[in-house]
Amino acid sequence: MMEQLKDKKPISHFFIMTGLLLLFSTLAFGVVGAFQYVFPGLFRNSFSFEKIRPLHVSSAVFWILITACGAVIYYLGAVKNGVWSVKLAKWQWLLFTIAVIAILVSYIMGIFGGREYWEFHPIFAIPIVIAWILFLINVIKSVKIFRKQPVYVWMWLTGTIFFLFTYLESYLWLIPYFRSNIVHDMTIQWKSYGSMVGCWNMLIYGSSIYLMDKISGSEKYSYSGISFALYFLGLFNLMFNWGHHIYTLPAPKYIQYISYSVSMTELLLLGRIIYYWKSSVNTARKHYHILSYRFLLAADLWIFLTLILAIAMSIPAINIYTHGTHITVAHTMGATIGINTFLLLAFVCNIFNIHQPTTEKRITTGLYITLIALPIFWFSLIIAGVLKSNWQMHHSNEIPFSVMMYSLHNYFVVFLISGILLAIGFFIIVGNLLATFFNNQPTKNNITNA
Amino acid sequence: MSDRAKVMTLIILLISFFCYTLFLYKENYSSNAEYGSIADKGKRLWQEKNCNSCHQIYGLGGYLGPDLTNVYSQRSEVYIKAFLQAGTNVMPNFHLTEEQMNEIMAYFKSIDSSGYATPAKLKTNYDGTIER
Ligand code: HEM
Repeated sequence: MMEQLKDKKPISHFFIMTGLLLLFSTLAFGVVGAFQYVFPGLFRNSFSFEKIRPLHVSSAVFWILITACGAVIYYLGAVKNGVWSVKLAKWQWLLFTIAVIAILVSYIMGIFGGREYWEFHPIFAIPIVIAWILFLINVIKSVKIFRKQPVYVWMWLTGTIFFLFTYLESYLWLIPYFRSNIVHDMTIQWKSYGSMVGCWNMLIYGSSIYLMDKISGSEKYSYSGISFALYFLGLFNLMFNWGHHIYTLPAPKYIQYISYSVSMTELLLLGRIIYYWKSSVNTARKHYHILSYRFLLAADLWIFLTLILAIAMSIPAINIYTHGTHITVAHTMGATIGINTFLLLAFVCNIFNIHQPTTEKRITTGLYITLIALPIFWFSLIIAGVLKSNWQMHHSNEIPFSVMMYSLHNYFVVFLISGILLAIGFFIIVGNLLATFFNNQPTKNNITNA
Repeated sequence: MSDRAKVMTLIILLISFFCYTLFLYKENYSSNAEYGSIADKGKRLWQEKNCNSCHQIYGLGGYLGPDLTNVYSQRSEVYIKAFLQAGTNVMPNFHLTEEQMNEIMAYFKSIDSSGYATPAKLKTNYDGTIER
């Protein structure tokens, strides 16, 4: 397999291809999961929800991680005239691919490790950690000199280093000391998860700053004081804001106070988005990277919506209403679809250098479909969440859980229909991108070996 | 911003982060599912069957089934076992043995003793914080 990769497409394209296939399975399993919401008991004895959910969520997480790595490898190669070692990147890709296939098969066979988001058996963490170490070596060696680097290089470096730490931290439960008390166990678990999401966001936001620079033709922002101030603000949040996942746990109070106050600094990010909204649009518009530009714009809108919801949910007094309801699902999917997926697709369109008019048109149609479906999908979850919250706060003693769930049925139907539409939009995009990968040779639009 | 200022900021953040991390690791919680205990076995079983994909503990997990943090004190053992044995129209029957059901029950008992997970019982303050 390694030989086949030789001298053909750059390795970053293989990361992206794997990522796109995973996005495909994310959508397919997501739709099955939504059917199970609407028709309770569907596939109960063969493919019940405890298999479908991890198939969906792990596909989503690996779509994000693997594609983000591909984008960093490609862009780092473009910045540094090639990554340090293509061979290392190939091994990383191979390890990731084998691990992900094994994980999905293990879910189908009903083998689990049972921790949220990383629901696979801990043994599969080994190839993932090795692959990540290879990535880390490649990133550090490619950067070489650490002086006078643009902000995105800082983001790639910190994202890569911290991911390794937080990922290892999420396996501390294997040591009896860390799992012997449920509250301590969940505190450390969500500490690591909260920071881990911040890490992949560092990789993705770093790449989007690089891409915006490229589209606008100016590197001024990446070296500016404001970009570094925002980077440090992001890092500060990555390190300390995770406590908002566990406000309702009987954990020490200082976790709540630290996380609450740190989370509120994100208001500065929100302020900046509103302030720069117009100017960022104008700069980008000048140039001709229309597909990437459209995806960036879509992500901009969703960053705004997600941040409003996230900031509200970070206020403990509001969090007790949203926690444990579908509002959290709306937040998670809003962020992973509206921000991460749109940004990643902007990179893919740029890296695959898509300018073929029919492909461009089809991808734009797919994007428009997702832009119509996503708000409906999101709101249906929020409304279901508000109703569940009302039950949880006022009626859980007299109305049984199953009756409450049944009362949400209509919203789940809207969730399913808009979800199918959303999936169709993404299928069109993914199908066309994969066709570009398999049919032609995607052109390298930068001088890079990666 | 000079490179020196950036590195200094990074170092300060890193030191604070690792101090906070170590402090949290050392935080002394009394053990309620000691290694090797029946409750610990129940926890492993809970994970192996991936119960968390539908159920929640302290509001964290999947959303198709109810939160089970305090199920032990809210329902009788007989009631819980009946559910485990027969499944429901949504939940499959996992064909647990009597021993496994006892392990799960011990786990439920241990998480139940750690606190309550009912958000309605939490008190909110004017500054936006909450209290137990
Ligand atoms: C790019 C596309 C998508 C991504 C990245 C994504 C990501 C996620 C993530 C991260 C979660 C976990 C949520 C949480 O624990 O709070 C989730 C849950 C879920 N998603 Fe998606 N999703 C996508 C599309 C879809 C679609 C199209 C559907 C349905 C038509 C869907 C249905 C579901 C369902 C049913 C759950 C489980 C909710 C529960 O735990 O009860 N997803 N998704």
